[in-house]
Amino acid sequence: MTQRTRPLASFGTANRSPRARETHPLTWRLNDDGAPVWLEDYRRKDGYQAAKRALTEMTPEEVCEEVKDAGLKGRGGAGFSAGTKWSLTAKGDGIPRGYLLCNADEMEPNTYKDRLLMEQQPHQLLEGMIIAGYANHSFKGIVFLRGEYVDAARNLKRAVVEAREAGLLGENILGSGFDFDIHVHTGAGRYICGEETALINSLEGKRANPRAKPPFPGQAGAWGKPTVINNVETLSSVSSIIANGVDWYHGLCRPGSEDHGTKMMGFAGKVNQPGVWELPLGITVREILEDYAGGMRSGCTLKAWQPGGAGTGFLLPEHLDAQMCSNGIGKVGTRMGTGLALAVDDSINMVSLLRNMEQFFARESCGWCTPCRDGLPWSVKLLKALEAGEGQPGDIEMLLELTRKLGPGKTFCAHAPGAIEPLGSAIKYFREEFEAGIAQPVHAATAAVGDAG
Amino acid sequence: METSMEASRSSAPRLISSDRPRLVLSDEERDAILEEISHYENPRAASIEALKIVQKHRGWVPDEAILPIAELLGIPGSDVEGVATFYSQIFRQPVGRHVIRLCDSMTCYINGHETFLDVIKRELGIAPGQTTPDKRFTLIPVCCLGNCDKGPAFMVDEDTYGQVEANDLMRVLEAYE
Ligand SMILES: Cc1cc2nc3c(=O)[nH]c(=O)nc-3n(C[C@H](O)[C@H](O)[C@H](O)COP(=O)(O)O)c2cc1C
Ligand code: SF4
Ligand code: FES
Repeated sequence: MTQRTRPLASFGTANRSPRARETHPLTWRLNDDGAPVWLEDYRRKDGYQAAKRALTEMTPEEVCEEVKDAGLKGRGGAGFSAGTKWSLTAKGDGIPRGYLLCNADEMEPNTYKDRLLMEQQPHQLLEGMIIAGYANHSFKGIVFLRGEYVDAARNLKRAVVEAREAGLLGENILGSGFDFDIHVHTGAGRYICGEETALINSLEGKRANPRAKPPFPGQAGAWGKPTVINNVETLSSVSSIIANGVDWYHGLCRPGSEDHGTKMMGFAGKVNQPGVWELPLGITVREILEDYAGGMRSGCTLKAWQPGGAGTGFLLPEHLDAQMCSNGIGKVGTRMGTGLALAVDDSINMVSLLRNMEQFFARESCGWCTPCRDGLPWSVKLLKALEAGEGQPGDIEMLLELTRKLGPGKTFCAHAPGAIEPLGSAIKYFREEFEAGIAQPVHAATAAVGDAG
Repeated sequence: METSMEASRSSAPRLISSDRPRLVLSDEERDAILEEISHYENPRAASIEALKIVQKHRGWVPDEAILPIAELLGIPGSDVEGVATFYSQIFRQPVGRHVIRLCDSMTCYINGHETFLDVIKRELGIAPGQTTPDKRFTLIPVCCLGNCDKGPAFMVDEDTYGQVEANDLMRVLEAYE
């Protein structure tokens, strides 16, 4: 009865070109019908060659250096260099081997990339985890998967069994002397579990409140051991770097992009063909919208867009020529985030949209620190009043004050700053819609009626 | 003092006091929980999974299940209760035979999530958090289901749906008796 996800028509024709393996490292192995790429298929398409190379021909330090030189940045939203994170992990004599965690909690609104990578290419993720585990001296990898991703859980578990039977997991992998196994852990809801230290608490069976840093997870993470946390897409990108090298990876992005490689990008909202595609970093947002998503649906005009998830700021149609990469989106005043863009059309009222978004963030606050726990419900209250046309003079200023009081550095984790980023930008660009929600004082209303009469 | 303490105790029973009624976990539940414990460095890590196992067998997690789970994991009942009340997919009240999880995140909002809510309200008479009188369906909101390009997205039990028009929603639900 399950209505399956549309079988990837949205990955486009490029990944069927003869050069796809060089231009589309993340997606060239996908099957046209959306069926998962199981072990035999994956191996036929060069699968696990990179792991073999890393484990038998490279030292862990060399793997870290290679990934650092390639410039692979985290794809989970924050964009921290993966190789740098790995080289900062505590390792050496006397330090216990630790954990490699895959952040597969994908719950950011408008983010639908990790799901596809896990459902259809589970081995690509496992191979990246094996290589990352080797580079970080980890003894165990754990995929922290959100509970609702039932198909991803089933496919990943099957892939783990396949890999174990083939000697790709377990003891002495590929005769390299490296021992490593992977466990798939499923969660039970709550967006905050995606924050990396909250994820560790949740994994340990506790409430998912973020932890204080330092110590950073690389020093003392899961069960006090050195722990590396990377997003699904980050880890899925690793094997191609080891297989093809740094120069090749640098050549994938568009000129002007300071981020290297390709990335899963998309457009959703009232566009003609919402979807997700593997695209070069630095492509312009206009190209994604027009050439891939087919432009706005007829009758809908683009009013605003968001580059990558609920926690990124709104931009205008005049910003569509921005490049989708951290420096490109940074230049127009916000963050790339997860790189899956949302089109807001002119039928949507920004006050109502922000009310929906802040309700989400307020509900998903872990409640640990006051500005976030109390400030977000307060913003919802103000937005509801404005939405109903019952706002009071001063409400917009109060919302702006909240954007400052919940900003970066004011709260325990990045949930609150992410929550108010879209609010500040919406007021900046669409202030008149917020002002329209302020109730007219009685005498003004009467005066208006008088004038009209 | 004595009497007022007595009074407050009887009017507000403490959820996890050791004398409250408790249920006995089935062998199947116990085995599944013990198997989960074996995957982690510390039995506590299986607490969420243990709650999910009980929920799978009973539909929800009654208060009486908290202490037996805690004993199996070797941790205080209050810790299990703390976890059980934190996570949104652990149900602490009985739910219907089928759970509809409707994404209420922003992209589905733009794509007409509220129309879906209206249809469900009109046809089944329930709002988010409610169960139909015949105990067939419970409706709960859920964060973005990673199907934003096909929304409004929703799940019925373990099945995920996208690209369903509001007119077809009831036809989809009909299959769940
Ligand atoms: C509230 C919140 C939710 C987050 N959710 C996710 C998530 O679902 N998936 C993810 O990969 N990263 C998420 N992150 C980012 C992680 O904290 C972390 O930066 C990331 O997993 C690191 O991996 P990367 O460097 O490979 O991107 C979230 C951060 C915050 C503050
Ligand atoms: S900012 Fe919000 S989510 Fe983060 S720790 Fe504070 S209360 Fe929790
Ligand atoms: S916003 Fe509903 S599935 Fe993503």
